Amino acid sequence: MLSALTQLLIYQLAGEVIARGLALPVPGPVLGMLFLFVALMLRGGPERELQTTSQNLLQHLSLLFVPAGTGIMVHLHRVADEWLPLVLSLLISTLATLVVTALVMKLCQRTPAATGEAQ
Amino acid sequence: MTPDIAQIWIYLSASPLLGLTITLLAYQGAFWIYQRTGNNPLANPVLIAVLALVLFLTLTGTSYETYFAGAQFVHFLLGPATVALAIPLYTQFKRVRSMLLPVIAGLFAGSLTAIISAVMVARLLGASISTQLSLAPKSVTTPIAMGIAERIGGIPSLTAVLVIVTGILGAVGARYVFDAIKVRDPAIRGFAIGIASHGIGTARAFQVNEQSGAFAALAMGMNAVVTAICLPILLPLLR
Repeated sequence: MLSALTQLLIYQLAGEVIARGLALPVPGPVLGMLFLFVALMLRGGPERELQTTSQNLLQHLSLLFVPAGTGIMVHLHRVADEWLPLVLSLLISTLATLVVTALVMKLCQRTPAATGEAQ
Repeated sequence: MTPDIAQIWIYLSASPLLGLTITLLAYQGAFWIYQRTGNNPLANPVLIAVLALVLFLTLTGTSYETYFAGAQFVHFLLGPATVALAIPLYTQFKRVRSMLLPVIAGLFAGSLTAIISAVMVARLLGASISTQLSLAPKSVTTPIAMGIAERIGGIPSLTAVLVIVTGILGAVGARYVFDAIKVRDPAIRGFAIGIASHGIGTARAFQVNEQSGAFAALAMGMNAVVTAICLPILLPLLR
């Protein structure tokens, strides 16, 4: 577990350094994910330790959002003042994004060129 | 002699131990409830844990800063977890490659819809400019959304909260939305939830189906990049 975690941190560090160094708009961890992905392609897959550690980490991905979410207590005033636009904006926008993304993809998949492996 | 409760509390409330422990406890309790309901999306574990923590901190008069001194250790793991998403992505790469066109089209359509609809609805309902700008990157994963908000003149910490709420809304509602519009492909369902609801949607997608999870992770990463590039360009048009 230790070596897998170290590996993840090294990729994140590389991502952060390069993103900041080159002033890229890409976030460091996302760049790190890209680097690891390329490395996996080159080495033909993750070793078992990296596989299990990542699985454990991702299994409780939602836990990692709890501290930031609790930050809502700092903004209770603004949320109370502007609750109607906030609530409706989030609701309508999230719904619209889900529908538009899914329908556009479904539509594109139907075009003859892309029917390949669709079940 | 009975130990002085107040003294113990003074020690605990100043140490990161408490913030970390209650975060894990609240989440495990919330996850237990989630499992007891058969992974019902309405019993979203992030939602329940956050409600429990806000209640606890408010009742004990603990500030968010004090709490975060402990909770930051959990928050920090968001980085390595994002990197770890490369592994399911690798596993599902064949399927991703076969769906290149729908993936690219869905990415841009979804990303623009997320930004424009959030800002427009808030404006029509009379939200302040800083609230509108804080809403704009709400579908992007937390650390990136905060960075974008700062750059365009929003309030980063408010954005963080809006991002989480968006994530919860998507994780809770996506199943019903997809069923209603008859989208069944786990790859498309995963990708759409990743665009709309970043990591929280991705977490939910992984609990449903590995392929959905991989596509959600892909969508989350791509949407972060597209939004970070497009939003500053789009901004003058939205003002």
